[in-house]
Amino acid sequence: MTPEGSIMSGHATYQPRNKFMQWLEKRLPIGGLVYSSFVAYPTPRNLNYWWTFGGILTFMLGVQLITGIILAMHYTPQVDMAFNSVESIMRDVNYGWLLRYVHANGASMFFLAAYIHMFRGMYYGSYKEPREVLWILGVILLLLMIATGFMGYVLVWGQMSFWAATVITNLFSAIPGVGDTIVTWLWGGYAVGNPTLNRFFSLHYLLPFVIAGVVVLHVWALHVAGQNNPAGIEPTSDKETVPFTPYATIKDGFMMVVFCILFAWFVFYIPNFLGHADNYIPANPAVTPAEIVPEWYYLPFYAILRSIPNKLLGVIALFSSIAILAFMPWLDTSKVRSARYRPLYRQFFWLFVIAGIGLGWLGSKPPEGIYVIMSRIFTAYYFAFFLIVLPLLGLFEKTKPLPTSISESVLGAKA
Amino acid sequence: MSSAEQHSRRDFLYIATGAVAAVGGAAALVPLIAQMNPDASTIAAGAPVEVDLGPIADGQIVKVFWRSKPIFIFHRTKKEIDEAKNVDVNSLPDPEPDAERVKSGHEQWLVVIGICTHLGCIPLAHQGEYDGWFCPCHGSQYDTSGRIRKGPAPKNLYLPPYTFLSDTKIRIGEASRAA
Repeated sequence: MTPEGSIMSGHATYQPRNKFMQWLEKRLPIGGLVYSSFVAYPTPRNLNYWWTFGGILTFMLGVQLITGIILAMHYTPQVDMAFNSVESIMRDVNYGWLLRYVHANGASMFFLAAYIHMFRGMYYGSYKEPREVLWILGVILLLLMIATGFMGYVLVWGQMSFWAATVITNLFSAIPGVGDTIVTWLWGGYAVGNPTLNRFFSLHYLLPFVIAGVVVLHVWALHVAGQNNPAGIEPTSDKETVPFTPYATIKDGFMMVVFCILFAWFVFYIPNFLGHADNYIPANPAVTPAEIVPEWYYLPFYAILRSIPNKLLGVIALFSSIAILAFMPWLDTSKVRSARYRPLYRQFFWLFVIAGIGLGWLGSKPPEGIYVIMSRIFTAYYFAFFLIVLPLLGLFEKTKPLPTSISESVLGAKA
Repeated sequence: MSSAEQHSRRDFLYIATGAVAAVGGAAALVPLIAQMNPDASTIAAGAPVEVDLGPIADGQIVKVFWRSKPIFIFHRTKKEIDEAKNVDVNSLPDPEPDAERVKSGHEQWLVVIGICTHLGCIPLAHQGEYDGWFCPCHGSQYDTSGRIRKGPAPKNLYLPPYTFLSDTKIRIGEASRAA
């Protein structure tokens, strides 16, 4: 590709020196694909550390796949043996405790990175034209992660596993008319039981590969549109981009190491901090635990469900709270991407972060008194942010002047 | 052969092939979807169960299982029956008189499915403000007739099909023909 073709054409083209790679390139140009995607691929030179979470997420997916495939070699998806097989992984299997703690805490780290990645996209307007499809693929990835994480949690077959499965599958009973039929179909029985555990195991093994496939689409869409950047304006020349390798790979790699320190702290020092003690009690269909609390990464959505006193409307609100993200590119009417140049949006954005974290905290509290009222206020703001704030701000907000180029935004008027 | 004839021959083959493929595709979905429903052994294990009521003391609630669901059998005292009866039915979230929730002549026996109608937890017996059940998950409260009185559950505790074989024996899973 010639430099004048497109600034997305990269900084250099692939010229294999190795004879074998030359031979292969004529038959399967995979070397060129990897080179143009992960070496020469131009990244805006002003990317900050919030842009490293895509790499961290890819790394976490790899960690979950590797530990998960190994755990499946030692796990038995049968109601009488599932819980004990997990305990045998913890006590008998060589390094089984490590693999399971990495996998269990890995799910938390995966969600943590995903939420940061999403907030980054929201703050800098990464969902806006021409990155709508990229964003929607991200929402699909979140949905797949939620489904995968939920089914994985059920496999442990502790008390929380069993009752989480019961409560979540019962959400579908809210559907008028066919609800109970659907729930029986999901269970493969008259209650959560062995058929349910079997199919959850099958799907928990399948979905990560579906996630990997959608990640490929996500990265593909990213490489078509190019990365957004903190200034929220497109690069105007090759001088405003740097090649992915070494610049982005080193920066991503450094942040991955920092992230792994946090990850390792959880795995080695407080491996059960994020879990619930009741899940070390084997599943008992005859007794419901005194309180049912989902894993922390579902708590905001759980709080939204509980804040609404009507069963069907609560379920609709729960699903809408995720689905509404997909419409964000069109709900936001502002032409300016980055919150840096949107003084009002920036405030509403941080209120949204507070509402999200607040709902997470409230989801872990009993649904009574002041907690219910606060949940309702935050839930109202959660939806108002998308349905009222985003459409109206674009019409009324006075944005700051945008820099004419990325160079100017980095270097000031000198550039 | 004119070109118009050729067209109609092709169109016919195209539509016929498409129609067969669509019907075949839809038919292939039937086993793929149906396999997820309860299998023969699960259905067989869901056959009616007989319960001897003799050992259940006054005021006692026992839990038996039918189709993997807990069934509460409540031997109600005179006071508990009166509490269930002396309620303004229209003031209830899911209005239903006590008489419709028990078999006539057997008012002391309340038989309900012990699954909270909110999200499927098992309510705790003899707890809450109405001497019936209290659900620990989201705080639903049921009275001595298993009717929802307070909390997010939309419905009264469901009644399983059952029939009295004698004064001290019931069969759960089979509706009474006489009633």
